[in-house]
Amino acid sequence: MKIDKEALQKIAHLARLEMPASTEDEMMGSLNSVLTWMEELNEVDTADIKPLTHMSLEVNALREDKVIPNISREQGLKNAPKQDGEYFRVPKVIE
Amino acid sequence: MNQEIRNKYEVVIGLEVHAQLQTESKIFAADSASFGAAPNTHISPITLGHPGTLPKLNRKAVEYAIKMGFAAGSKISEYQYFDRKNYFYPDLPKGYQITQDKTPICIGGGVKVKLSTGEKVVRFHHIHLEEDAGKSLHAEGLSDSLIDYNRAGTPLIEMVTEPEIKSSEEAAQFMTEVRKLVRYLHICDGNMEEGSLRCDVNISVMPVGSKVFGTKVEIKNMNSIRFIQKAIDYEVVRQIEAVEAGVKIIQETRNFDPSTGRTSGMREKESMNDYRYFPEPDLVPLHISEELLIQVKTQMPALPWELFEKFTKTYGLPDYDAGVLTDSREVAEYFDATCQFTKNYKAASNWIMGTIKSYLNDNHLEIEQLTITPEKLAQLINLVDEGKVSTSTASQQIFPVMVTDTSASPLQIAEAKNLIQQSNTDTLQSLIDEVLAANPAKVKEYKNGKKGLLGMFMGDIMKKSKGSADPKVTTALLQKTLDSL
Repeated sequence: MKIDKEALQKIAHLARLEMPASTEDEMMGSLNSVLTWMEELNEVDTADIKPLTHMSLEVNALREDKVIPNISREQGLKNAPKQDGEYFRVPKVIE
Repeated sequence: MNQEIRNKYEVVIGLEVHAQLQTESKIFAADSASFGAAPNTHISPITLGHPGTLPKLNRKAVEYAIKMGFAAGSKISEYQYFDRKNYFYPDLPKGYQITQDKTPICIGGGVKVKLSTGEKVVRFHHIHLEEDAGKSLHAEGLSDSLIDYNRAGTPLIEMVTEPEIKSSEEAAQFMTEVRKLVRYLHICDGNMEEGSLRCDVNISVMPVGSKVFGTKVEIKNMNSIRFIQKAIDYEVVRQIEAVEAGVKIIQETRNFDPSTGRTSGMREKESMNDYRYFPEPDLVPLHISEELLIQVKTQMPALPWELFEKFTKTYGLPDYDAGVLTDSREVAEYFDATCQFTKNYKAASNWIMGTIKSYLNDNHLEIEQLTITPEKLAQLINLVDEGKVSTSTASQQIFPVMVTDTSASPLQIAEAKNLIQQSNTDTLQSLIDEVLAANPAKVKEYKNGKKGLLGMFMGDIMKKSKGSADPKVTTALLQKTLDSL
């Protein structure tokens, strides 16, 4: 896979990062060298190998269905960039 | 729309039904999952997606999803893990939703629906577990959107059907059945108005017989069966008209406006479909043991179709009665319990569908709140069957007392109110004789063929008995007496 300008801007947008034109070349080079390096992995035959989804072998970490009161609204809202004491406020989502 | 044109097209509908599971706490956190609290009071650092917090799976949510799988006849996946679905939206505090993309908890299965044209099974592609998002409010005149995270992290099952629903009727019947099922299972309250049961409708049209589906449109967050039906009806016409006119249908998310009955493209600032799913590293996989399956199986209630079968076969009820009674699990259980105390099953059905149902409706009550036990109802039915009181006396005079006086038996109430019918033939005979002796002229007219006078005699006898004479027995006895004169 090769990262071109379009792919770079798409990835940046998905991550909500601003990518000024002046940094594009450097970033593309860097991403491509990572991908090239990872491509070495393609040499390994993984046809019959199940994907490794988790690093530990542990399963079934479950909790009982019990309500434990947690933080107050005041505490929850405290670090919000904008709030009104009841709600978190964000720039209008729908036009 | 011109029927000829309509008939040229086939409608393809798939539903994604979200049901909020009725757990106490959230799916990955211990804050309350209950509805209706003041905004942002059911929150925790996990729900708010603070860095460094770790989710932990609610055992009950897993059990509830398995229950639905059992009811639908799905295969329960033995090995599961969760995935992150990545997208940015203010009601999603972590920037991703924890869901099951690759290993849904239930595979296949389906729900049988009754249609005007017969029965059909709408099959599930799968059912998966996931967390709900928070709620955004877009108040008129405000430059901000308001966000309430109480709902964020509420456990959901998403039931995804195969794209094989063919009409708005089918979609509506399917939703009705699903709502009935989740309520039977006590896994979701099925309250569509509050959004605890809602669905996304995927709909497209194609020429009849085509192998290729048309471009689909998604109508999101439908929270009423009637609206689902209306939205589909509108979309079908809109899409067929577009295709007929050679206009390309764009794949988009549309909004249904209940006030106009129309759908319109959502004017969202951002529409994004690249979710970049990957396994959720913060949750270990889930292995469903045989023990858990057995444990859940033992908790399964009798299902609507099983009760329908029992009511029609064992109790001999007409299909209509069985259908009405099995509409809700609680009503069905009440009926079933009543039948343990009386053999007059049809009478029990009539009482529940008639007097009891209208009493509950008038007083905005559910059958669980009815103060009359099934045993007492059976006693009342038996009282009528023994001829001690008439059906109308039972429903109009005894039933209302039973509702408030929970200690007295129907017989005691009837006796206290002097409602026991006189069916002792000796007492009745003397009343009849008295009345006939007092009206010799009328008796003669009767004998000469004026049979209508029977009613007048009956009236006099009832009056003399102060309404306690059993009308059936009295009529028979009166007739016999007159004939023998």
